[in-house]
Amino acid sequence: MKLHKLSLYEAKEGLDKKEFSAKELVTSTFSRINEVDEKINAFISVDEETAISKAEEIDDNRAKGEKLPPYAGVPVAIKDNMCTDGIKTTCASKILENFVPPFDATVVKMLRDTGFIMVGKTNLDEFAMGSSTENSAFFTTKNPWDLNKVPGGSSGGSAASVASAEVPLALGSDTGGSIRQPAAFCGVVGFKPTYGRVSRYGLVAFASSFDQIGPFARNVKDVALSMNVISGHDEMDSTSADIDAPDFTKSLDKGVNGMKIGIPEEYFQLGVKSEIKNVVKNAINTIDDQGAMVEDISLPTTEYALTSYYLISPAEASSNLARFDGVRYGTRLSDENLKSLYYETRSQGFGEEVKRRIMLGNYALSSGYYDDYYLKGLKVRTLIKREFEDIFGKYDVLMAPTTPTLPFNIGEQIDDPATMYLNDICTVPVNLAGLPAISVPCGFVEGNPVGIQIIGKPFDEAKVLQVASELEKTLNLGQKIPGES
Amino acid sequence: MQSYETVIGLEVHAELLTDTKIFCGCSTEFGKKPNENVCPICLGMPGTLPVLNKNVLDLAVTAGLALNCEIAEFSKFDRKNYFYPDLPKAYQISQFDLPIARNGYIEVEVEGEKKKVRINRIHMEEDAGKLVHAAGGDSMVDFNRTGVALIEIVTEPDIRSPKEAKAYLEALKNILQYTEVSDCKMEEGSLRCDANVSIMPKGSDEFGTKTEVKNMNSFKAVEKALEYEVERQMEALEYGEEIVQETRRWDESKQVTISMRSKEEAHDYRYFPEPDLPPIVMKESELERIRANIPELPKEKKERFVSEYNLSDYDAGVLTSDKKIADYFDECAKKSENPKKPANWIMGDLLRVLNEENREIDEIKITSDMLVELCKLEEDGTISSKIAKEVFEEMYKNGDKPEEVVEKKGLKQISDQGEIEQFVEEVIEENPETIEDIRNGKDKAMGFLVGQVMKKSKGKANPQMVNDLLKEKI
Ligand SMILES: [Zn+2]
Repeated sequence: MKLHKLSLYEAKEGLDKKEFSAKELVTSTFSRINEVDEKINAFISVDEETAISKAEEIDDNRAKGEKLPPYAGVPVAIKDNMCTDGIKTTCASKILENFVPPFDATVVKMLRDTGFIMVGKTNLDEFAMGSSTENSAFFTTKNPWDLNKVPGGSSGGSAASVASAEVPLALGSDTGGSIRQPAAFCGVVGFKPTYGRVSRYGLVAFASSFDQIGPFARNVKDVALSMNVISGHDEMDSTSADIDAPDFTKSLDKGVNGMKIGIPEEYFQLGVKSEIKNVVKNAINTIDDQGAMVEDISLPTTEYALTSYYLISPAEASSNLARFDGVRYGTRLSDENLKSLYYETRSQGFGEEVKRRIMLGNYALSSGYYDDYYLKGLKVRTLIKREFEDIFGKYDVLMAPTTPTLPFNIGEQIDDPATMYLNDICTVPVNLAGLPAISVPCGFVEGNPVGIQIIGKPFDEAKVLQVASELEKTLNLGQKIPGES
Repeated sequence: MQSYETVIGLEVHAELLTDTKIFCGCSTEFGKKPNENVCPICLGMPGTLPVLNKNVLDLAVTAGLALNCEIAEFSKFDRKNYFYPDLPKAYQISQFDLPIARNGYIEVEVEGEKKKVRINRIHMEEDAGKLVHAAGGDSMVDFNRTGVALIEIVTEPDIRSPKEAKAYLEALKNILQYTEVSDCKMEEGSLRCDANVSIMPKGSDEFGTKTEVKNMNSFKAVEKALEYEVERQMEALEYGEEIVQETRRWDESKQVTISMRSKEEAHDYRYFPEPDLPPIVMKESELERIRANIPELPKEKKERFVSEYNLSDYDAGVLTSDKKIADYFDECAKKSENPKKPANWIMGDLLRVLNEENREIDEIKITSDMLVELCKLEEDGTISSKIAKEVFEEMYKNGDKPEEVVEKKGLKQISDQGEIEQFVEEVIEENPETIEDIRNGKDKAMGFLVGQVMKKSKGKANPQMVNDLLKEKI
């Protein structure tokens, strides 16, 4: 039996029914990683020894008949910008190359408490800044469908690890599309919950008012199950919502009959390639056929979203990343005097893209420019939020492409940051408004996966998952793994 | 020389009396080993987030109400960005444009004149750590203070002299202590003061260029530093020099202010709203709860002491200038038939020994019960006022009750006619020349004889009876 191919719920069922042991499952994960990761480079670090011994412990306890947590023995990978107690958390940056946090992120703790076994930390664009994972200070992750192409970013490692069946579940973080865009490029399901639904405690901040943790899996049900684990109020995070999380699997089989679905026309302009449009429109038609009321709508502020995002998020980033100064932890590249300690550490420790955004952010916040840049960005953000509120007074969900293009070649856009930023054009508005949105595979163009995005009202994740599940069923693409049919 | 008017504005940082820090659960206890009171949150480790300590908000609002401020219905935290090794996140979480309290005032009294010093704003913020410079040139950081809760209280430029500045600080300290917002220990850094100073020609309505004076570690230092700075600015103007806008440091050992940095080097703090903390929305019911818990303030207490205990305005002022002393006196007064007596003891001997030994009233062994008892013994003639002082010293040193001291040392006043008569006769016999002097009208000699009798009685004879008997016999 090829255990690595199992989805999250299949793995859980198999363990519950004792069809295989946790050790067998985890061992299969590492043999899969050993087999394919040399080519894909999804992982920055793996923790085989701890994982195997955890699995053995679970098997022992199962044999003794002890009550086990629900997912005892299921492997999971974590984007390397979430803190893991005693395990390196690098953010794919030289500045944190050897940083070992003394605590677990809340989501990591929740996964451990429900029995998941953390097998490793996945690659990303440095500090989650980028759309291709080429900004990792260590290496570029490859798209499992075509090793010449990027997996998307910034959670490219997590997306690729799930797509290539190294793990059934991986966590990523989404600031401007960093879960949905790589999910689309890698042909997996990626979900960004409502801002505040999942605790950010322990997620190394990029832009605090946008960042949100979410899951990657090979099907919608796995995403819903993992959302049940990681959702909920956290006292350690003042921005986490004090709202009870429902059972997200409850809505999965309800269908879309009678649902009102809006299709924002702007998301099909914005330089979206025609082959993407065709595949996405086709997916929308199948949903239409299932009894939903699908209507074209307009969100005119969409064209300002990217500008607003690129004023506010670097501003927050410039401040969030100021703590990496070489004084207390991480890399210190000179200690001749205080100035050189700061200068050398930060100019050599950060990569180009990170430095670019720090500069942008400092500029937008500096006195004399604040009103014209940062403040104006905030005002646009408010307009965008209101526009969504209005639309959601009339529609249950919105559907749109996840990305404007197919996965591009490694190196193709790296020297052109402005073009690179355009990759997030369809995903960024959602982060500005703090909405939940999922990317689901909806077809292939010349062997490249295409994703469709379903956007919901705040804290209405259940409905987003409901539509995603229906789409998955009707499109019936199967849980494809590259290289295997 | 032209005459100038001084303009001073003060910025006071007060450490709030909370058990834990503003955004984490670490202890705020003073005097711990370096980096003992720290956790990933207050060290600003990657991934950590701040959570506001509810008590901080309560205390800041309490301060606002006690200082006659308007409390903001809506306020928020902002980030103040700058690099320094004692600032772990490289930003300080503070309040910028929407502070928790605004538009208040304190009434101060300087040389009998009352005036209002307006308060522009009060905001909450976190403290930074402390750099420790070792002998070899290495610098180390102690983060124990990092994240300790502060309020900053900023006045309008209403203060017109260094004396007024000191009076304002004393009044402010008193209110913060009364409300238990801060212990205001300047020597432990829980009260810190910066001053903006400028001068302008008398009668002018245009302020001169101001300098900011920092690093003043006592009320006396504030007064001295301001006196120096005002003097310096006047001299500069007289010599035709320009005052430059700059930050100056008070050098305690040299008693001068020294330039630290000029305006050109001023920071651009790049303030922006703290995205990790939701805005603060103050509910009316919360405000009422806090208002209801504000104790009697110094001004009210002073008025009550005058009306309830019949004290003079001055005495009531002295007794309410420190909350602990006021509370101590209040206890004594409630137990005493004549509150004036314990008031005199406190203002006299008690405050003297406290000052001499630099101690607080709650650190000494004399309880209010003991002091009231001492007053009683003195009033009913059990002991003389001179002996009372002796008893007081014993009480202070050993914590013995006054009756015990009197008993143990046999200090009871002698009021037995026969016993005193015996001493008197002896003294008359031994001093015939003095007796002669008195008969010749030298009244002063009488005092000598009284002294002799007291000496024989070891100070215990009732002085009135001694006087009467001497007069009778001579
Ligand atoms: Zn702490």
